[in-house]
Amino acid sequence: MANDVVLEIDNITKEFPGIVALTDVSLQIKRGEIHGLCGENGAGKSTLMKILSGVYEYGSYRGNVYMEGEEIKFTGESIKQAIAKGIAIVYQELSLVPKLTVGENIFLGREPHNRGIINWDKLYAETDSLLKKYKLEIPFGAQVGNLGIGQQQLVEIARAISEEAKVLILDEPTSALTEEEVGTLFAILKELKANGVTCIYISHKLEEFFKITDTITVLRDGMVIGTLPTTEATVEKIISMMVGRVMKERFPKGNRKPGETIMEVRNLTAYDPNAPGVKIVDDVSFSLRRGEILGVAGLMGSGRTELVTTLFGEGGVNVSGEISVKNIRADIRSARGAMANKISLVPEDRKALGLIVNDSIIKNISLPNLDAFSSFLRINKNEEYKMCQKYADDLQIKTQSINALVTSLSGGNQQKVVIAKWLMSSPEILILDEPTRGIDVGAKYEIYKLMNELAEKGVALIMVSSDLPEVLSMSDRIMVMHERQCAGILDQNEATQEIVMALATGIRK
Amino acid sequence: MLRSIWNIILRNIKTFTMIFALGFIWLLFSILTQFGFVQPENLSNLFRQMTIISFLSIGMVLVIVTGNIDLSVGSVTGFLSVIAAFLQYYVFSSLLSGMLPTADPLLVGAISTVLTIIVVVATGVGIGALQGTMVSYLGIPAFIVTLGGMFIFRGGVLAITQGKTIGPVEESMKAIAQEYTSPLVGWVIAGVAIALIFFGILWRRRQKKAYGFELKPMRFDILKACFFSVLVFSYVLVMNLYQVMGEFKSIQYPVLLMAVVALVFSYLSSNTRFGRYAYAIGGNKEAARLAGINIKKNILQVFILMGVLCAVAGIVLTGRVGYGTTSGGDKYELTAIAGCVIGGTSLMGGEGTILGALVGSLIMTSLDNGMSYMNLGPEWQYIIKGAVLILAVYLDVVSKKKK
Repeated sequence: MANDVVLEIDNITKEFPGIVALTDVSLQIKRGEIHGLCGENGAGKSTLMKILSGVYEYGSYRGNVYMEGEEIKFTGESIKQAIAKGIAIVYQELSLVPKLTVGENIFLGREPHNRGIINWDKLYAETDSLLKKYKLEIPFGAQVGNLGIGQQQLVEIARAISEEAKVLILDEPTSALTEEEVGTLFAILKELKANGVTCIYISHKLEEFFKITDTITVLRDGMVIGTLPTTEATVEKIISMMVGRVMKERFPKGNRKPGETIMEVRNLTAYDPNAPGVKIVDDVSFSLRRGEILGVAGLMGSGRTELVTTLFGEGGVNVSGEISVKNIRADIRSARGAMANKISLVPEDRKALGLIVNDSIIKNISLPNLDAFSSFLRINKNEEYKMCQKYADDLQIKTQSINALVTSLSGGNQQKVVIAKWLMSSPEILILDEPTRGIDVGAKYEIYKLMNELAEKGVALIMVSSDLPEVLSMSDRIMVMHERQCAGILDQNEATQEIVMALATGIRK
Repeated sequence: MLRSIWNIILRNIKTFTMIFALGFIWLLFSILTQFGFVQPENLSNLFRQMTIISFLSIGMVLVIVTGNIDLSVGSVTGFLSVIAAFLQYYVFSSLLSGMLPTADPLLVGAISTVLTIIVVVATGVGIGALQGTMVSYLGIPAFIVTLGGMFIFRGGVLAITQGKTIGPVEESMKAIAQEYTSPLVGWVIAGVAIALIFFGILWRRRQKKAYGFELKPMRFDILKACFFSVLVFSYVLVMNLYQVMGEFKSIQYPVLLMAVVALVFSYLSSNTRFGRYAYAIGGNKEAARLAGINIKKNILQVFILMGVLCAVAGIVLTGRVGYGTTSGGDKYELTAIAGCVIGGTSLMGGEGTILGALVGSLIMTSLDNGMSYMNLGPEWQYIIKGAVLILAVYLDVVSKKKK
């Protein structure tokens, strides 16, 4: 029955400069079903949802989207248009205004009014009946900022419902919810389903798909791998669909011989600096040897970045547990302290954390290393130039002059600048957080080669990566994070994509 | 060769736009005043007038570069200025003449001035350290701390003066702001400066050669040295044409002081770790933090330097007026910020040069001076200065978008 399909996605292709995020994706969502969407980080789930919800305008992608048989083309105020068509999305990141009340947030931008004067009584009455209908025990007049994260997530869902969405997209709705709140959410979803609302449900937690969805679609590398009814699906089947790709020779062979232990981490626990009481690293222990590459795998939000920034002294607060470097207990409370222990961090987001974007290549490379060629009164600029040029040459940064602005470089070369900056401080422990994200294959290969060379020289490397083949091929051991804890540490020869994914999704303990 | 020069101009388009704007303003005023504006007498005044704002602009560049702002500099300058006058008139004059009853009054005055300078600079350091601590270590936004400071130190001015003018101050104090070198000394200074320019450029070439770096063609560097030398030479030439009651004057003391301060801060901003860190903090605070930079300390240091420069400005202000007045330094903060911004400093932080701030201050002062020369009413002066500020930033925004 053709009119059974509420939303049809037809041959969508979306390209970003340098990468293809979605290739010929076609998908049919049936009315009243809960359709699960799963895939690894970067499989294209979020991109697809952004097209449906109007974040990417019509024309920025190829292909068509049909809502109830009618083609939709969102342009201009496209998000508003998507809502008008009945497509609402609840994002992973909260998009509420913390200083406003629950009611104000739910009706933000469409307050009931009479000639521009807001009818507060009506607003709160409607909020109240909405919350009651879905059995949400949230006071309608409370300031959203004072609610817990889980309750905020529920408010956000309530807002989407109140927009009378026909298709509700939930992007990782349970990542911040407690067990009980997840139960509430599932009850709401069932209620909505009974009312004929369609749901697209994205999650990293596989077991949830089996509890709530009717159909599961697996995306991988921007393509639809398959759609199957949940009743026919098994965990093993889904995981193999998520990861099952052919491994190519994308990784240079290294000749690494891990040596003695250089760093020992025991029961490391740290809390969120902005939300005291929330653990961002939970009781993590591991050791690191000279000349080895330790891969850190895990899904988005599993606490990988938080772990490495905490090791670098710039992550969580109220840190407990023990870090020792070369058998000496290291009390690392700042980047400076980490550098004193010969630890360097190439951070995840190079634009936000790695580079001074308005500055030249040379100034970026030398920034943490100025002490090496400065006296109190003077930076020896010639020495600076010589050293920076050496590292730029070693890493083959492609530029006419190191005096050029970093913004004149490609992504891969910008990443090399960040790596050069931290190599110059001659670290013994080098942490790389997503070192190859958003750079082309050639530049990736060069970075892998460099990592091998460093390890062969005896540097201990920690590499956080969302790219499973990368982690599996480049690491001597792989630590898998799940819910801010270490779910397991695997040797390279025992690790497979399936096992890593099972640990990362909490299927396997 | 021409192409390379063109490239240099393109790369420093901001600086050249400013210089072009300055030239345009001067030309306009020259025509409107039948060339009275560019007579040695007026130019001598113009440069003397710009000094106080320049001191503040120079410090303000660093404050803004770190992503902060200092609204208190006008009040602090006024406060330090009346402290200087108070010390000279009420404290040191009687104290010193009691201790040295037989000494030459001019010598006593000079000692008084030296002591005053020490106390005022120390107070400036203290004020800078206080405000800097509140901004960096206590985490109160700079806008608020210095807005508060603006009120508090204006109150301080009134507390010290009790609403009355204090003075007169010693002749030696006045000399700092009002006197000139003799024409001969002027030429000597010009000669030394030009020699240093050439020596500096050749020395740098030699250093680079020792490192085995590729050198630009010699004629480039010579051309650059000549350009700056001509600037210095023509400045002294024009200043030496100025005469008061038949006596030829030369370089103004406060301009000499300004040149020294500007050179020191220019060096500080580009050749020391302190300066590099300031730009990095303003450019990307998170990246700077991850690079191990002590952000709080750097911002504190910047505010302390701002305090020192307020002290310098306050001393020159006292010397210029000869008294400590209740309205001293009023609204200087706005002119100083305007000077920085016109000179290419970005309020977003991370961008701005001392040289730019000097040119910006000169533009602001030229507008003041030129419009006063034309006897334009104060209402028009305010309106035009405000419009020029907005226009300058608009041009900057447009040029950035094109990039």
